[in-house]
Amino acid sequence: MSGPDEKTRTAAPSALSRDDVVHVARLARLNLTDEEVELFTAQLRTVLDHAADVASLDLTHLAPSSHPIPLDNVLRPDEPRPSLDREEVLAVAPDVEDHRFRVPRIGAEAP
Amino acid sequence: MTTALATAADVRSGARTARDVAEEALATVAAENERFNAFLYVLDEDARAQADAVDAAVAEGRDPGPLAGVPVALKDNLCTRGHETTCGSRILEGWRPPYDATVVERLRRAGAVALGKTNMDEFAMGSSTENSAFGPTRNPRSTGKVPGGSSGGSAAAVAAGFAPLALGSDTGGSIRQPAALCGVVGMKPTYGRVSRYGLVAFASSLDQIGPFATTVKDAALLFDVIAGHDPLDSTSLPSTPEPTLPSIDEGVEGLRVGLCRDLVEGCAADVVARVHEAADALAKAGAKVEEVSVPEFSYGLSAYYLIAPAEASSNLARYDGVRYGLRVQGDDVEAMNTATRTAGFGAEVKRRIMLGTYALSAGYYDAYYAQAQRVRTLVMAAFDRAYESYDVLLGATAPTTAFDLGAKVDDPMAMYMNDVCTIPSNLSGHPAISVPFGTGADGLPVGVQVLAPALGEAMLFRVARVVEAHAP
Amino acid sequence: MTDWETVIGLEVHTELATVTKLFCGCRNAFGDEPNVNICPVCLGLPGALPVLNEQAVELAMRIGAALHCEIRPSEFARKNYFYPDQAKDYQISQYDLPLNADGWLELPDGFRVGVTRAHMEEDTGKLTHIGASGRINAALHALVDYNRSSVPLVEIVSEPDMRSSAQARAYVSELRGMLIATGASDGRMEEGSMRVDANVSVRPVGTTEFGTRCEIKNLNSLRSLQRAIDYEVGRQIALLESGGVVDQETRHWNEAAGRTETMRSKEEANDYRYFPEPDLVRLAPDEAWQARVRAALGPMPAGRRAALAAALGGAPSAAEVDQVNAVVDLGLDGLVAAASEAGVPTALALARAANEVAAQADAGLRLDAGSFASLLALEAGGQLSATQSKTVLSAILERGGGDPAALAKEMGFEALASDTLATAVDGVIAANAEEWTRFVEGDEGEQKKLMGFFTGKVMQATSGKANGKDVAAELRRRRG
Ligand SMILES: [Mg+2]
Ligand SMILES: [Zn+2]
Repeated sequence: MSGPDEKTRTAAPSALSRDDVVHVARLARLNLTDEEVELFTAQLRTVLDHAADVASLDLTHLAPSSHPIPLDNVLRPDEPRPSLDREEVLAVAPDVEDHRFRVPRIGAEAP
Repeated sequence: MTTALATAADVRSGARTARDVAEEALATVAAENERFNAFLYVLDEDARAQADAVDAAVAEGRDPGPLAGVPVALKDNLCTRGHETTCGSRILEGWRPPYDATVVERLRRAGAVALGKTNMDEFAMGSSTENSAFGPTRNPRSTGKVPGGSSGGSAAAVAAGFAPLALGSDTGGSIRQPAALCGVVGMKPTYGRVSRYGLVAFASSLDQIGPFATTVKDAALLFDVIAGHDPLDSTSLPSTPEPTLPSIDEGVEGLRVGLCRDLVEGCAADVVARVHEAADALAKAGAKVEEVSVPEFSYGLSAYYLIAPAEASSNLARYDGVRYGLRVQGDDVEAMNTATRTAGFGAEVKRRIMLGTYALSAGYYDAYYAQAQRVRTLVMAAFDRAYESYDVLLGATAPTTAFDLGAKVDDPMAMYMNDVCTIPSNLSGHPAISVPFGTGADGLPVGVQVLAPALGEAMLFRVARVVEAHAP
Repeated sequence: MTDWETVIGLEVHTELATVTKLFCGCRNAFGDEPNVNICPVCLGLPGALPVLNEQAVELAMRIGAALHCEIRPSEFARKNYFYPDQAKDYQISQYDLPLNADGWLELPDGFRVGVTRAHMEEDTGKLTHIGASGRINAALHALVDYNRSSVPLVEIVSEPDMRSSAQARAYVSELRGMLIATGASDGRMEEGSMRVDANVSVRPVGTTEFGTRCEIKNLNSLRSLQRAIDYEVGRQIALLESGGVVDQETRHWNEAAGRTETMRSKEEANDYRYFPEPDLVRLAPDEAWQARVRAALGPMPAGRRAALAAALGGAPSAAEVDQVNAVVDLGLDGLVAAASEAGVPTALALARAANEVAAQADAGLRLDAGSFASLLALEAGGQLSATQSKTVLSAILERGGGDPAALAKEMGFEALASDTLATAVDGVIAANAEEWTRFVEGDEGEQKKLMGFFTGKVMQATSGKANGKDVAAELRRRRG
């Protein structure tokens, strides 16, 4: 199911835990050694503590800005442009099989 | 060194061939690049071919363009067809894009000669160019010091005299801060004024390509070439920019300059002193200078270090070992993605990806990312208020002069503090420029920053020109 | 012993019939050689940026308008998750600000299904699992073709309003007719240009709280949609009645095995970290554009069915209702309308369209309404028998056109002059005097039987050229 009802995305920022770091690393497809988990937990806490000043401001009256200079309705005509040369693209691919990108077996279905 | 304007004039008039200029530049780079590690890749053959094409145009009486024969250094996050574009990262080592960035095409059409790709903090994440997978760049003014970053290679290339012009990218100060630390001019245009097509993304809503030069006029010359609408970038501004060079000497008579306390306090005493001298110089030149305070700027750093990593965590997801770049094998696709990213990214990039992923993840979005975007609204409103009373703002570019290599690598927060004066303009998308203005107690260059409202580039260069003219 | 109520909500992904992709100028084409329609944008190369296709927005707005949605200022967002068919490892979609919201679709029986939203998003590339049965679990490795990457989609999310698999099926086929009518999509489920996910739950009849739902993926035909829902409903009821609980999960329809199966998808993959797409700007179609789209919208299947029923006059029979639905589904209602305007009885045109023409639907869509009408005019006017008319019709369909009168002549079907008929009847009466007497004097049953006998004889005598109705009339006249 897609759409905003999927999850609630509000919570008071709590101190970043070691488990948060491990969870986030998995989300980001990164492997961390125990030492790295320790180090990143400490370093990310420092940054988030510094961000606490911002997190605690009451800005409910302001709309978030996702663009510095907002534009509307930037569209292109439905006209074809030349595609890339397939061989040039596949030439730099890590692994190729009959004109397609080859990857190891996929462990899970698409979400 | 010879300015870009002088070189272009010589080449256009036939007084000098572009090939001769290119050979000289290539020879200098070959002899001295090792000392600074400014260039990661040098484009010898293409540089010669492009130079010959320019000379041919001159010979046939065709217009060779405003940058005829001028060597330009390109930050390694600008795509160059058929030439390595690695963003200072192992994960893109050896990657050759099948296309050119829009700015690279514009440079070629203007007759410029792309000399090579410059070193940078990995994926532009850093303020010292020590986060490059291919070794740090050294500051040409003092090789024990950092050149600043993330565009440290481009700043160093210009400071070392390898090229009169260079392109960099500025997400939180990555052009202006290294320009200040290397004693050259560095400018960040209005967001959307220069196409981002072909600029490898760090933080899409903050990234902007801009010029490095030895003089303000050269910077304006390069800006005029790269500025303009691009249908391949949805955030590219639709209007056609007026060239800034023609009006650059009109001075600052009657201009209202706000000396911004929040952009100097916390900076080293010698840096603060230079900023005040620059303000006095502008007053002598006829500007109306007042002190102004914009306290909202103090929230900029925190907001930036949530927004930029969040966007980066998404922009860098594509480096998964499937289509291009590094692949480290794994027995299923997830294992392969993870092994590839773990081996391919350096510590700072991992740190920011983690921070950004966390800021966007279920439960924290509103508290961190959305809140940071509200601060962005707050900062933009504060700028608008300031620009009701002032035409431009004045402040420091970086809190200190160049620091020692290795001094801050283990302390991310200390490193992030370098960007405190430059970040507000990235959050608001406004143009800003760093102009060399004397030196600090250590004899190293100090940069003074001029900030202007959206599309205020012409005025920005005019003011910068006056600051430059009065530099000690 | 509880009675259970089924609750169904559907998510339908439809590919838009544009020339190029959603965010780049590569061709939106089905069935090309792998990886020929790729560029820096749809391949997710570093530095590439998306630019929105205006025609995709136009088509998405048509869908919104046809579904009675409010067309709103909208925003694109990034849905972040790693998967090799996704070139950027995020999908550009619409999240909390969809282009179309709050609409409904009316089913043939008049039941209205609420439409929550119909938002724009990009498609993924195509994966092929190699080794073993080609099924993901047993596969050794996989291959990726990015031709489909960034093809424009509209995801139509219904309210959980449907109460049976039949109703779900009716919703999808009605939606399909609507998509074809708007020109937004070709509606080809077998080519994957229409893909359905079903959210299914059950609850005791009379309760208002929803049961735990399961989402069923991979439903690529109306048949598998209905089978999958029936299976899943049975599974959930059995589970609940045996004291178990339904886990909220995504399930995969295994067509071959005829059952739904748990999907092995990563739990953390469900933290999509949506945020506004910084590389795209707000999409807010102005009133003028919306008005143009609404004005250009042709009649939808529901309206077309109503029009046909009205043309029939009076309450249509059950058989006629079926014919109307079939004809509209196949887009053949234009033929019927043209014929009945030309004076042909609507019932006749409808019957021929729903049977003979429908039998060759593709040719039927190319059939010239004029020749269809004039052929049926000949039949209605008695110049051609029903059998002859059908024969000529199939010939026209096979040849892809032709003048009905000329064809009938060519087939030796020219109508019989009445005096020729009279002569034939004289001959038949003379040759069968005894039967004729019984026909004239016999009781009703006898007469009915012999009417058939004499009609047959006259037909023989005229070697089938006579029109059945005329023969009967002539015989009755002679009998007095
Ligand atoms: Mg979707
Ligand atoms: Zn493409």
